[in-house]
Amino acid sequence: MSTGQVTAEQSRQRVILRFDRVERAVHWVNASLFLILILTGAALYFTPLIALVGRRRLIEQVHLYVGLSLPLPLLLGLAGSWGRSLRRDVSGVNRWTEADMQWLRGLVDTAAGRPQTAVRPRLGKFNAGQKLNAAFVVGGGLVMLGTGALLRWYVPFPLSWRAGATFVHNWLAVAFVVLIVGHITLALADREALRSMFGGRVSRAWAARHAPAWLEESGEP
Amino acid sequence: MTEEPPASPDKPASGASDGSPSEAPRGKAAQEPWSKPIGRRTVLSVLGLGALGTLFGSRAQAGITSLLDSVHAGGIASVLPGGGQFTIYTVTSGYPAAPANYRLRVDGLVKRPLSMTVADLQSLPATRLTHDFQCVTGWEVSNVHWVGVRLVDLAERAGVDPAASAFQLTSFDGVYTESLTLAQARESGAIAAYSMLGAPVTREHGGPVRLYVPDMFGYKSIKWLSRIELVAHAEPGYWEQNGYPVNAWISGHAPAQAA
Repeated sequence: MSTGQVTAEQSRQRVILRFDRVERAVHWVNASLFLILILTGAALYFTPLIALVGRRRLIEQVHLYVGLSLPLPLLLGLAGSWGRSLRRDVSGVNRWTEADMQWLRGLVDTAAGRPQTAVRPRLGKFNAGQKLNAAFVVGGGLVMLGTGALLRWYVPFPLSWRAGATFVHNWLAVAFVVLIVGHITLALADREALRSMFGGRVSRAWAARHAPAWLEESGEP
Repeated sequence: MTEEPPASPDKPASGASDGSPSEAPRGKAAQEPWSKPIGRRTVLSVLGLGALGTLFGSRAQAGITSLLDSVHAGGIASVLPGGGQFTIYTVTSGYPAAPANYRLRVDGLVKRPLSMTVADLQSLPATRLTHDFQCVTGWEVSNVHWVGVRLVDLAERAGVDPAASAFQLTSFDGVYTESLTLAQARESGAIAAYSMLGAPVTREHGGPVRLYVPDMFGYKSIKWLSRIELVAHAEPGYWEQNGYPVNAWISGHAPAQAA
């Protein structure tokens, strides 16, 4: 099985590969690490949970080492010949096109109750919301890593920095929980997209609806 | 690589140069006249905000705390990082309950070992303090009211052997330990506290008796205090064995005047 590209076999089958095995593995390892971080973080932070769980040193160590390992799945996924598809998606998520801005304007118009323009933006593989989510997770993840490391190896830093790092780490954790709840809600609302994070594939009909430019560039009509 | 379909124009890594329509697949480049690295800019913006928050967040936190207090956000506020309140730690599997026959012992290098009930402790001359509780990880509770008996007064009552140089402190949680030199105890005005926040020290805050060391980080203020041993050389405490500095002065050194 080739990775990250559409084989002739698949195009005949009216399905298209959205996420290859490496991308799915990175996603689910990340998801597991995030879950552990949220649970251990909560057990370090909320007094009722502290009373229930206790064992601060153990929980702290788990939180610390899982946190430090958070970049590894993505870096390993990107590293070798197996990461071609992931690298292409990272690059695609980074670059925004006119269609992404149209999509975002449409979202703002909808939220503001203004009438939608009739034109449907010809989106690539990811919409602007997905691109923002990915960028925020990378940036926010690095900030969590930095502030968390500062809190663990605090000695050289002034107290006000530690207070600031606590402030950033706590509030960003709240933001991450909100973001992840939203992410899961949207995934549950689109079962086909959700299934592609397990099986890798979406139908061409789905792709034509959500990512027409991607469908067009990735294989036969 | 050989089987791959032609790369889209927004992928510099694949070798296709941006904006060269001849290389773009299936003539769709015209629909996307530009592409910008907004993802990278978002990442850098978030990093910048994180750095700003680390440098100046302690001030912002104070504002947010008073805002949350003023709007009485209730349930939501209790799960948001409000600041100005205790996060109550424990290193065992919960907040331990005091044994029914609780005694605070003062022993080791002393002439008259003491074994005191809480009432015994309360009958001694009390020291009252209003002072901040500062956690080493950055959170702080301002103006906490404490009542207790100074460690040096307890040592004096027990009669200090000249060989003693430090207090070794033990918690009845069975795990946590701390230490203070005699000089640190004197300079900080550390107390064995039986009242905190205007009431007897609660179980989760380390009751019936806990230590409070002004001007030192909170990990020195051992909870569930059961034994004060005078020793020639103190062992590093629980967190100190796990990397925290034995010197826990908040400012890095003893304050100029004792509290």
